[in-house]
Amino acid sequence: MILVFMEVREGKIKKSSFEVLSEGWRRANELGTEVNAVLAGGNVEGLASSTFQYGASRAYVLEHNLLSKYSSSGFAQALFSLVQEIQPGIILLSATAMGKDLAPRLAAKLGVSMASDCTRTEVHDGTFSVVRPIFAGKALATFTFQSSPQIATLRPNVFPLNEPIEKQGEVIRKEVILTEEQIRARVEEILKEEGAELDVTEAEIVVSGGRGMKSPENFGLLKELTSIIPHSAIGASRAAVDSGWIDHQHQVGQTGKTVSPNVYMAFGISGAIQHMAGMASSKYIVAVNKDPEAPIFKVCDFGIVGDLFQVIPSLKEELKIFQRD
Amino acid sequence: MNIFVFVKRVPDTESKIRIAPDGKKIIEEDLNFVLSPFDEYAVEEALQLRATHEGKVTVFSVGTEESLTILKKCLAMGANEAVLLKDDAIETYDGLRTAKIITQALKEKFSDYDLLLFGKQSVGADNAQVPSMVAELLGLPQVNVVTKLEINGANGVAHREIEGALEKASFSLPAVISAQKGLNEPRYETLKGIMMAKRKEIPAVTVQDLGLGEEDLSLNLILMKIESPPPRKAGTIVEGEASETTKKLVNFLREEAKVI
Repeated sequence: MILVFMEVREGKIKKSSFEVLSEGWRRANELGTEVNAVLAGGNVEGLASSTFQYGASRAYVLEHNLLSKYSSSGFAQALFSLVQEIQPGIILLSATAMGKDLAPRLAAKLGVSMASDCTRTEVHDGTFSVVRPIFAGKALATFTFQSSPQIATLRPNVFPLNEPIEKQGEVIRKEVILTEEQIRARVEEILKEEGAELDVTEAEIVVSGGRGMKSPENFGLLKELTSIIPHSAIGASRAAVDSGWIDHQHQVGQTGKTVSPNVYMAFGISGAIQHMAGMASSKYIVAVNKDPEAPIFKVCDFGIVGDLFQVIPSLKEELKIFQRD
Repeated sequence: MNIFVFVKRVPDTESKIRIAPDGKKIIEEDLNFVLSPFDEYAVEEALQLRATHEGKVTVFSVGTEESLTILKKCLAMGANEAVLLKDDAIETYDGLRTAKIITQALKEKFSDYDLLLFGKQSVGADNAQVPSMVAELLGLPQVNVVTKLEINGANGVAHREIEGALEKASFSLPAVISAQKGLNEPRYETLKGIMMAKRKEIPAVTVQDLGLGEEDLSLNLILMKIESPPPRKAGTIVEGEASETTKKLVNFLREEAKVI
């Protein structure tokens, strides 16, 4: 059995968890087994049945007031008890902030190794394997597992969502036994900026600026683009972040975030190797740079050799015309 | 306050990664190895905490003797002591193995600590596993990907980065914290620090000294192969008036990428 952890934030299951469930369903079919979902939190039962349309046969519900806020130790303990009982062969989580925090704690509790941030899963002759980028994608490594359960986190935005199917499933509540002492680090509150934008790892289109942006004010130009492009977020190169033009949360690259959007648009980014490592798995790359020799032109799908300060306003107009039509 | 920092030696981020003919490892010749960038934030945070809370900073690295260079760098930055946890295995990409070595060292030989600091991940293996695993194996609180840390007596508060927001988490010491960019500005080594680091002895504790046998460290994660990512094909490059090139770009976004 494949067990998929469904992450709930702000009363909703994250899209990336459905991506993982979709992948789990595909592999479960190849392995001749079933995929099941697990939800944990203070009040999550109402969300459980939404997992059936992505292939889950059963949705386990772990509810406890001590799980109403995320804690790695509390969630790991609750999952651990379930895993001990139902013995899944494979456990998959999304490689989100929560998944990256929780999966290794759970793996260590179970005494098994795990694979982080995978971009492919495969079944060959009944054996499950995963492919994960190392060196931020400068190389790809394939792993199999020696121990059970086999645990992997899967990168958001990489695995396709299945078409929802008509499927009946079973919601199973499990008693959770937790004490205050088992909650080791507790989340007191979530600090969210007013009008906080979409995170760069979750965006479908990333509009990114580099050294060529020249000043912090000019990042406002990118903001104008993201305000008219749905599901977009602002990215940045290390040069722009280290110059203090924009917060490091936006940094894409080997010491920033690794992103796989549908389209990555690089403005004034030459394409340093550490930057390209962080965005090379994007489906399409667009580059705008005035230097025709910039290395980014060797990897982009569509490039404009030109002045970004002319291209951006013009692009904005073209997009507006297009949206109006 | 007794602070332990765990660091790793990695190829710098400008490195081109070449794969050995056996497809099982990377070619290390000609690579420039450095202290993993996120570990620098962990070392800096330890030094800043020591400045306000007094105490001692000890830096550990799991690896071969080649890791002595990054331990020297940490000493030159201002750490009081450094210890090599000597493990001659080549990179396994198995976080549990590293976590077991660290945990065993802390249980057997270095049990006096208030805070365990790590980088949020090593640059290279990119696992982001070891801090959480060590926390679990030692039964400690963990806060990962931290951009702000405050310690007050036996308690602490940390800001941890999540998608589009921060989680404010509270915990009691001892605890595991992993550092993210933004936590601080790492200092450079001083000349005096470099001179002092040169004279400093760095003891080595081998995995055998820790009583860890093959069985304890056997790999659960089996590396089948390492390969280069498929090369991207160069696409269309246009030049000219912005009004013309952006029309073509919008067309590309609509017809080919199908995102608008």
